[in-house]
Amino acid sequence: MPTEILSPDTFAAQQNASPLAALKKAGWEQFQQLPVPQRTNERWRFSNLNHVKLEGFSLPPAPAKEIQQELLQRSALIEKVSGKIVFADGHLLGEVSLAPELHAQGVILETLSAAAEKHPALLEQYLLKSGTDLGGEKFLALHQAYLKTGYFLHVPKGVEISAPIAVYNWLAADGAAVFPHALVVAEENARVNVVDFYLSRDESAKGFAAAAADIHAAPGAGVFRKVVQNWNEQTQSYQIDNTHAENNSTVTTVSVNLGAKRARFENAIRLNGSGSNVRLYGLTVADQDQEFDQRTLQIHNAPDSYSDLLYKNALLDRARTIFSGLIRVAPGAQKTDAYQTNRNLLLSPDAEANSLPGLEIEANDVKCSHGATTGQLDTSELFYMQARGIPKETAYELLVFGFFEEIIEKVDNEELAGVLRTFVQEKFKRRSAKNLLG
Amino acid sequence: MSNSLEIKDLNVSIGERQILKNFSLTVPKGEVHAIMGPNGTGKSTLAKALAGHEDYAVTSGSALLDGEEIIGQEPDAIARAGLFMAFQYPSEIPGVSIANFIRAALVARQPKGAPFDAKAYYAELYKKMDALKMDRKFTARSVNEGFSGGEKKRCEILQMMMLQPKYAIMDETDSGLDIDALRIVADGVNAMRGPDIGIVVITHYQRLLDYIVPDKVHVMYDGRIVHSGDKNLALELEAKGYDWVKKELAA
Ligand SMILES: Nc1ncnc2c1ncn2[C@@H]1O[C@H](COP(=O)(O)OP(=O)(O)OP(=O)(O)O)[C@@H](O)[C@H]1O
Ligand SMILES: [Mg+2]
Repeated sequence: MPTEILSPDTFAAQQNASPLAALKKAGWEQFQQLPVPQRTNERWRFSNLNHVKLEGFSLPPAPAKEIQQELLQRSALIEKVSGKIVFADGHLLGEVSLAPELHAQGVILETLSAAAEKHPALLEQYLLKSGTDLGGEKFLALHQAYLKTGYFLHVPKGVEISAPIAVYNWLAADGAAVFPHALVVAEENARVNVVDFYLSRDESAKGFAAAAADIHAAPGAGVFRKVVQNWNEQTQSYQIDNTHAENNSTVTTVSVNLGAKRARFENAIRLNGSGSNVRLYGLTVADQDQEFDQRTLQIHNAPDSYSDLLYKNALLDRARTIFSGLIRVAPGAQKTDAYQTNRNLLLSPDAEANSLPGLEIEANDVKCSHGATTGQLDTSELFYMQARGIPKETAYELLVFGFFEEIIEKVDNEELAGVLRTFVQEKFKRRSAKNLLG
Repeated sequence: MSNSLEIKDLNVSIGERQILKNFSLTVPKGEVHAIMGPNGTGKSTLAKALAGHEDYAVTSGSALLDGEEIIGQEPDAIARAGLFMAFQYPSEIPGVSIANFIRAALVARQPKGAPFDAKAYYAELYKKMDALKMDRKFTARSVNEGFSGGEKKRCEILQMMMLQPKYAIMDETDSGLDIDALRIVADGVNAMRGPDIGIVVITHYQRLLDYIVPDKVHVMYDGRIVHSGDKNLALELEAKGYDWVKKELAA
């Protein structure tokens, strides 16, 4: 029986009578038509396309009961939450939970399949409307075709969610493909706080993830979203996020990229309303042969809007990063304030950080700047630290933490900040364990 | 002697150029030795070579710390063996706070996985900072980043006090210090003096030796020690300069 995600039989077998069926079918058809990314494609510049492989992944059945139990238990990285969903290998584990007072205020937190039944009009309005201009259309189409594990979070006018909603997406079975989706809609003056975790059950299972997010901040709304990508290093990860910010809304996203063998992240922000305010932070630790490929787009469609992007990457060993960012200011988006900064810390002579910042400005009264810096490890700093008895690996770790603290603080949640620090420390531990073996 | 820092016939080159030439010196625990000497004679080279800096190639010779050879070891291993270097030009470490930095240095000295007593650590850190008249706010600042020259030197002494080395080499710790700071730093060093530590102070100024009174004074010239004496030698140098040493050598 074919189970490969590339097989039409696999696609057909998972189609059902869901209201999402037509959308999924359209995705499948687009996927068939779209070419795999080509070397000549500017939007894949510097990417190592040899790492892009769609073959050999399947849709696994739900994990065995004891694995489900284990993963549910492990889905407690932060304790203070106002709701929680756990997915593994494309299946919901346990129940969706939401604080009763939020439920009483009309907040919707559902899986996409459930939401498609109960709130078809809202999904019709918001789900997968934006496409991507950043190169990943084939992956987005595949995501759409296999849309299943996703959630819909809808916060009505004026309602505030302060403790985060935590969503856990696990890869468990070897060769599993997952397609997590985040659909977040904050209505007027609502406040929402959400964190998505992408995690692997173990270090060895091969995985494939094509995730996407649609984030909508209505006038006056505030959206605070954090994404922690910590798949194991056998995983190919694609993540395509689209954010829409209306008048006087505030959106902050923090993207933490630690895992995967190769991770591509396309992040497009559309500032459609005047007075909208968007902040984008990114933190990446790339080691061994990892590749992190980041493409961002800050589109200012309205006057008096503000966006600020800061992506920081630390690179070790033979790792590679690509940051390609564009600020686009539409005609008429006067008084735009837009900034973009990519900082790279190279801790190894064999690592490679590529930076492609860009501006496209069609209004004349704007303040825009972009910049990229790549700092080498200063050997005198390293010597100074060693001269205090600190081993080289620990010195690297301290320098990396020093470099990142600025971003870690932005999650504005002590528990989550602690989780992030632990993840980075674990990454260093795995590294030194491997170095000892090698 | 196993209760000493025993440097024997050390030859050190930077690139093609030989800087230390059969340098020998023994500092027993409990003593303070001063090294004085003209600019460029290799005082800082001695310090960095002992600390294991990779740019300083030790072509021959040995340095035994309580009998253990430190030449050829990694800088962090040398430090953990008990040698502390107060640098003439301390590095700035952006993003790493003093508190975290010293903590990491202490953790590195513990057995792997041993719990770290953070409360006791801060109590100790604050006590020493108070003694050095350092503002406690410094703990949150990045190591040496944006510090004035004098603040950097104080920070070196703070680290030395916290790490409790067996031997310390202080390379021109007095330069850049104002009179009051010099006093404070000297008091700090004097407080550490005792049978469990051997100290080498490298200085150009006799003034420091009024505060930290040395057991021995050595004159270094052209990569080795050419003259040794007691504290009065420093006074003599102050009065006469180095020319007489050079003449004596030429004769
Ligand atoms: N990293 C280096 N590369 C090249 N030359 C060096 C280096 N470090 C030191 N030297 C040279 O080695 C010689 C000795 O320098 P060193 O810094 O040890 O002198 P010093 O006695 O400490 O002088 P000062 O009293 O000025 O501090 C000098 O000629 C100096 O230029
Ligand atoms: Mg010097």
